[in-house]
Amino acid sequence: MLVFVVKRLIELLPVLFGVLLVTFAVTRFTPGDPAVLLAGEDADQALIEATRERLGLDRALPTQFVFYVGNALQGDLGRSYSRNVPVTELIGRALVPTAKLAAIAMAITIFIGIPLGVISAVRPDGPLDLAARVVALIGVSVPNFFFGLLLILLFSLQLGLLPSFGTGSWRHLILPGVTLGTFSVGLIARLTRASMLDVLSQDYVRTARAKGLSGMTVVYKHGLRNAAIAIVTILGLNLGSLLSGSVLTEVVFAYPGIGRLVVDAIFDRDYALVQGAILVIALIYVLVNLLVDMLYAVVDPRIRVT
Amino acid sequence: MRAWLRRNPIVRELVRSRIAQVSAVITLVYVILAVFGPQLAPYDPTAMLTLPRQGPSAEHWFGTDEIGRDIFSRMLVSARVAMTVGFVAVGIGLVVGGVLGVVAGFFQGWIDSVIMRAVDVLLAFPGILLALAVITFLGPGLVNTMIAIGIGGIPGYARLARGEVLSLIERDHVVAARSLGARNLRLMWKHLFPLLVSSLLVYSTAALARAILAEAGLSYLGLGVQPPEPSWGGMISSGQRFFLTAPFMAIYPGTAIMMLVFALNLLGDVLRDALNPALRRSGS
Repeated sequence: MLVFVVKRLIELLPVLFGVLLVTFAVTRFTPGDPAVLLAGEDADQALIEATRERLGLDRALPTQFVFYVGNALQGDLGRSYSRNVPVTELIGRALVPTAKLAAIAMAITIFIGIPLGVISAVRPDGPLDLAARVVALIGVSVPNFFFGLLLILLFSLQLGLLPSFGTGSWRHLILPGVTLGTFSVGLIARLTRASMLDVLSQDYVRTARAKGLSGMTVVYKHGLRNAAIAIVTILGLNLGSLLSGSVLTEVVFAYPGIGRLVVDAIFDRDYALVQGAILVIALIYVLVNLLVDMLYAVVDPRIRVT
Repeated sequence: MRAWLRRNPIVRELVRSRIAQVSAVITLVYVILAVFGPQLAPYDPTAMLTLPRQGPSAEHWFGTDEIGRDIFSRMLVSARVAMTVGFVAVGIGLVVGGVLGVVAGFFQGWIDSVIMRAVDVLLAFPGILLALAVITFLGPGLVNTMIAIGIGGIPGYARLARGEVLSLIERDHVVAARSLGARNLRLMWKHLFPLLVSSLLVYSTAALARAILAEAGLSYLGLGVQPPEPSWGGMISSGQRFFLTAPFMAIYPGTAIMMLVFALNLLGDVLRDALNPALRRSGS
């Protein structure tokens, strides 16, 4: 197991290097001089030069990259050009609200998406299967920002039940959480169905049925448990679609999370903030997938060998 | 040619399956609207014609937008924008990702490692975030949107093509061609690539759906196609501001995106099953 973990960590290094390189490029190859952006448009030449020196922008690019990586490793992602506070502070503040939304969306995905897929797989091509498949397909086809608007129209504007934007209470989380979860529900339902069908066509399932076990016992004990490994992996990967979906969802609901932070930063040409936020999201995504891989190896010993 | 058509699983499925036909026809209608939309549009999509935010009427089927432009005309032109971005973005992913994947699978060894690690780096930026990073570099706009979404499609194609090549490379006809002295380029182009066409095509149907969703999302954020050029995503964004009094402004374009993406995903599902008889038997 330890060998497996170390091997996976080593494999991760080039990816992390690449992620750092790409995010480094965000501030260095975009139009505009970072020193001018940080010092302010009307700063005098001396201040701009001083800022340039402080940021290390007068050095060669490879040296700058080394500094960037060194600082990032120490948790320093620079200062936001537009808000003049450390980037990490802004990201830290935005991460908690996004985590809340992602948690709700993940719960919806697990409690609706997986059962939907199981129902589908029990009797393929039956009426329940067709209904569940249409629901799942709509889930992956509707643009989530549009679905969010429809929810606002129904629950906020027509029925007046839930707030349509902002934060404050748990009621503020419901509509954005559901919006964010919709795509994942569709995705997970489709993948659960596929892996269940795969498992249920195996010989041991036929044996279980032949020895007279009831349909539901077979589906849950022999089917879902064996399909679980695939589903857990997909839930890990699904975090990617939640992080990416949070960008649009948070903009629709004017919700102060990391997705909206990225979009605002792009509009403000606050490249240090764009860089930091994208780096943090990529790191979270890569690390969660590493954890899922390890979990996977704990659950299924066969994986450690390969 | 006719024998090939009859044997091709994709063509057979299109002849056989009603669902495949319906989704193919919907897609085709959108393609026709994309090609002829600007000619079919009853009004100039950028002209301010009448009062703003008028509901649907005989003159303006889908009503007018926030500055009195005809929503129906704007949606027809947006169909061309969405389709163009979709096809070009998928093309970028297909060509770049496909070539990288074939080369990685064919040569294996260090070439494979280098290519696939680069692909892993792209995969570390989930979904629309890679496109946002690219837009930060290039700035918004029609062409940059295509490039941004296209780059996001590269990893998927690379992985698919590599996997297929790895499973095909030991096939008899490839080994035979190699032993007869065929060069690498010829092996890849003449003996491996034709076998990939079907699965790349099916993957592209779903990839087109994703690309169109991504374009709509970026344009909604204001980082994709820029006004005055109409786009479904942009129309939803301006409709959101008048959602209480004129919800139709957002609902028509939103429904247009949803129907197209739904049809493409459905078509992709049916064709994928047709290519994979093993899954078909288990009912997937």
